[in-house]
Amino acid sequence: MIYQELLDAETLYQVHQSAVTRTELMAIVGKDYLDRIDYLKLLLADDMEVLERMARRAHDLTEHYFGKMVLLYAPLYLSDYCTNGCTYCDYSAEARSYERKRLDAVEMREEMEAMKRAGFHSVLLLTGGDRRHSPVSYIADAVAIAAEYFSEILLEIYALTREEYDVVRGAGASGLTLYQETYDRNLYEQVHRYGEKKDYLFRLEAPERAIAAGLKHINIGPLLGLGSAVHDMFMAGIHGDYLQRHYPEVELCLSYPRLRPAGVMVGPSDPVDDIRFVRFILATRLFLPRTGISISTRENAYIRDHLVGLGMTRMSAGSKTTVGGYAHNCSRPGQFVIDDERSVAEIIAMLRQRGYRPEFCNWVKGIL
Amino acid sequence: MTYQIGGKKLKSRFFIGSGKLSSYTVIPKMVEKAGVEVITVAVRRIDPDAKHENVMDFIPEQCVVMVNTSGARSAEEAVRIARIGRELTGSDWIKIEVETDAKYLLPDNEETLKAAEILVDEGFQVFPYISPDLVVAKKLEKAGVAAVMPLAAPIGTNKGITCAALLQPIINEIEIPVIIDAGIGRPSHAASAMELGADAVLANTAIATATDPILMAVAMAKAVEAGRMAYEMGLLAEKDFADASSPLTGFLRRGE
Repeated sequence: MIYQELLDAETLYQVHQSAVTRTELMAIVGKDYLDRIDYLKLLLADDMEVLERMARRAHDLTEHYFGKMVLLYAPLYLSDYCTNGCTYCDYSAEARSYERKRLDAVEMREEMEAMKRAGFHSVLLLTGGDRRHSPVSYIADAVAIAAEYFSEILLEIYALTREEYDVVRGAGASGLTLYQETYDRNLYEQVHRYGEKKDYLFRLEAPERAIAAGLKHINIGPLLGLGSAVHDMFMAGIHGDYLQRHYPEVELCLSYPRLRPAGVMVGPSDPVDDIRFVRFILATRLFLPRTGISISTRENAYIRDHLVGLGMTRMSAGSKTTVGGYAHNCSRPGQFVIDDERSVAEIIAMLRQRGYRPEFCNWVKGIL
Repeated sequence: MTYQIGGKKLKSRFFIGSGKLSSYTVIPKMVEKAGVEVITVAVRRIDPDAKHENVMDFIPEQCVVMVNTSGARSAEEAVRIARIGRELTGSDWIKIEVETDAKYLLPDNEETLKAAEILVDEGFQVFPYISPDLVVAKKLEKAGVAAVMPLAAPIGTNKGITCAALLQPIINEIEIPVIIDAGIGRPSHAASAMELGADAVLANTAIATATDPILMAVAMAKAVEAGRMAYEMGLLAEKDFADASSPLTGFLRRGE
């Protein structure tokens, strides 16, 4: 069980906090297979020379296992209704003073057609956590419509039961993105003040329920900065390793959105600067060489461009984080502020200029 | 010199993969400069209504397209992907890849065998990618596949011929062609594979991640040719001691 695995890892985390010599760190970077303690030591390694060595190794591993290719996808926000009380999120129940919005079937099609015109095959459908305004039936309908346009349909929605995952899978969903936000259970229960999301274990075990329902692509990760960043990174790695060992048939991906102050109640308690952010990505690549790493437009263009070839395998492009943002140029505030506002064409040009192939088609239609 | 494989007469014994290339635009140049005749394409990435780059648009007409089932996690999925691949490309050359292990990406021989039996029946030229296992290779041969494709090392590792002792029995005992696939990181690895007696070699990572993919393809193709030439000639055995070209004890056989 994943929770037991995390408790075991907690002991490792407490014990292995002491400083490690550069020689020892360099030896870890040179290993073919890193264990959990190696991974933790790299997350903690505050040494620019070690970082450079990690970058070279991460670059080689990424090229060997993923090739000179980056997958592009785009998020589609279906609804911003939310009944959860997450202190850090601009979607949460009391954070918004203006009217919320939910796309109907006609509007969904308008959005999807606009995304399809931009060349996307892979779409991430998102809703806030509100079972009344965006029930499973609504999400399943959206998936069924998306299946007419896209070959890969990923969901970033509230945690579902096994039976509910069966429903969205049956409608054509192929994958799930679910952030645990923080692996610190006490903190988790504090920042999720009420609402269904307050149940830590229900969320933690959700990816496995989704896998049991047949979803093939699983993306997990913490919201960096909410809790102790190294602790959350370590536990996310343990979680990823656990999923890979128990469900080897799943295409696993990790992502690490950094918490941004967006007019919310709490900002990051452990802000992650660029150096640490890059170190975390490199450490993930070394620990889990064949796991995908996805970086969204929350990160700025400078960082995203330089992460090409350093572990990143997926990136969103031309993203709109507002409900109805693609077809109608509306000015409503999104879930988070986009930092990389470049168009799809600009992202393609950047990748090509860096010697990478922009890939839109992860799965040809009809396979998943 | 030509040879027969999958119902076709080919000259080149060097096959290339396309999945990891930084741009499909290099494919025509590789075909031209390295004499490549067979290119593998993952069905999962063939984008029939591509807005940007569709791999099929870059493959010269004279080339054989070997579609692969990369991403398949069971025999059933591999079969479904193969059918879609044939429909999209018109090619019946199918490389079966079933990888149920996401960590090392090692092939699932059991599911591969099941898929091979079905696809042979459906009239495909079947090229199963397997871990080097003679018993499985023999079963595949019996099932009627066009060739077997054992790996030399886990895919993407560039580690070379790490299991010659397992590959050699397959080459010795199987009548159908043996194509060594995965793990080939350098021209010397490709030459070694051919010296073992492989009929062809497939590489992707080593070319795609080279500073100059076209030049690396040429180097690999030459190594494949050299290895084949030496194999056909008959390699000299390795010895643990020097062997002087004029026997030092020849003088004792004066009267013979």
